[in-house]
Amino acid sequence: MSNALDDIRTLIAPYNKKGVAVTPETTFATDLEWDSLTVMDFVAEMEDHFDIIIPLNMLPDLETVGQVVDAVDTLIEKK
Amino acid sequence: MADLFDKFEPMIRMRQSIVIEHASPVDVVMEEILSPTEAMIEGRRTILAGTNNYLGLTFDPRCIAAAHAALDAAGTGTTGSRVLNGTYTGHKALEAAIAGLYGTDHCMVFSTGFLANMATIGTIAGKDDVILLDADSHASIYDACTMSGATIVRFKHNDPDDLDKRLRRLGTDGGNVLIIVEGLYSMLGDKAPMKELVAVKNKYGASLMVDEAHSIGVFGDTGCGVVQEAGVMDDVEFVVGTFSKSVGTIGGYCVSNHPKFEILRLAARPYMFTASLPPSVVASALQAVEILKSEPQHREKLWRNATQLHDGLSRAGFNLGADVSPVVAVKIDDRDMAVRLWEQLLINGVYVNLAMPPATPQGLNLLRCSLSAAHTPEQIAKVVDTFERLARSNSVLSKPAA
Repeated sequence: MSNALDDIRTLIAPYNKKGVAVTPETTFATDLEWDSLTVMDFVAEMEDHFDIIIPLNMLPDLETVGQVVDAVDTLIEKK
Repeated sequence: MADLFDKFEPMIRMRQSIVIEHASPVDVVMEEILSPTEAMIEGRRTILAGTNNYLGLTFDPRCIAAAHAALDAAGTGTTGSRVLNGTYTGHKALEAAIAGLYGTDHCMVFSTGFLANMATIGTIAGKDDVILLDADSHASIYDACTMSGATIVRFKHNDPDDLDKRLRRLGTDGGNVLIIVEGLYSMLGDKAPMKELVAVKNKYGASLMVDEAHSIGVFGDTGCGVVQEAGVMDDVEFVVGTFSKSVGTIGGYCVSNHPKFEILRLAARPYMFTASLPPSVVASALQAVEILKSEPQHREKLWRNATQLHDGLSRAGFNLGADVSPVVAVKIDDRDMAVRLWEQLLINGVYVNLAMPPATPQGLNLLRCSLSAAHTPEQIAKVVDTFERLARSNSVLSKPAA
């Protein structure tokens, strides 16, 4: 897992209302109980933090923190 | 065993968690329509303050007469698609009238506003293209983007700088980029900063589509919408809109000067594979478009009414969604209180729209009013008074009226 995990953990923290321990296996919908509005806010924060574009088309495939980390790594490499 | 409807369980639970004592917000029956601004609901005479009937043309005698004449002359429906047997003289006349209103080379009319977005966005943008859409865009825009197969990117609502940032990150020449915004956003009633958005669009060479569903007939010297008011008609590649608000009937349209625009008639599936609008609808729409273009007095009355309602609710202490516009959205922090106030407004003879997450921007609970030129000052005063009285009795408003 890349260094992006630490950054993403930091970005998740303000939205982690229940204080769930964030691992690569943590799911956004079930573990963190995020609704669609929270997901959209979080995506915008990641885009600004990493200076990348995360298309909406990718979101259905990003269920866990680990999947997001991998996707962010790929998008950073493509820059 | 799994059931096809299992996936709706979260929605069912959410719906069941809403305490509804009296009436369901999605199940209001207009038993008798008395006028553009009044109906009988549950046996009560009720002011309609949430219909999007901005110019009040649904009972205009000229629109009704035109519809009657078309009904008598051409029957109840076309029973066919525009590309088969469903194009009548009226459809062509309506398209010519709307193109004339906007001063564009082309206009296509669709069977609903929803289909106008599905047909244009879903066809113009393809898998190798990019759509940048305002985060608060209407569901039909989101669905159309999905249908297109394009790469979909959201930018922050009404934020040209955020649009600029995302266009820069894309690093394209803009030729295959379609930006989509709305003129007036339907939930909060806020208006797009059109000049600033156009400046960013031009900087990157992208194309811009503006959905004027809630702004045709409302803004601009001849009612073309926010693009006209902002003076950027020539800088917008596509304008889509609907007949189901100011025009007072049903249908949608798209206007453009793009030289290849007409190919959409052979490529847009929501145009090709849907029955065309009935002649009576086309005739009333045609008459209404002429009225909204040539009779600015309806627009002037609408804005007087909007100012009266906005000022009244603002003075009462309500937290409103935006500056003055014909959409006046009252923000209520607590969801159950929003439902209770909505019910009590209905019982007290005022119908407004209840809008809640996830259908609302920023997850807000809204009691949304949309005004009509046909409202009288007395009706608006009653709406304000009823809002204020109920909010105070429920302790939503604590401070005394200014």
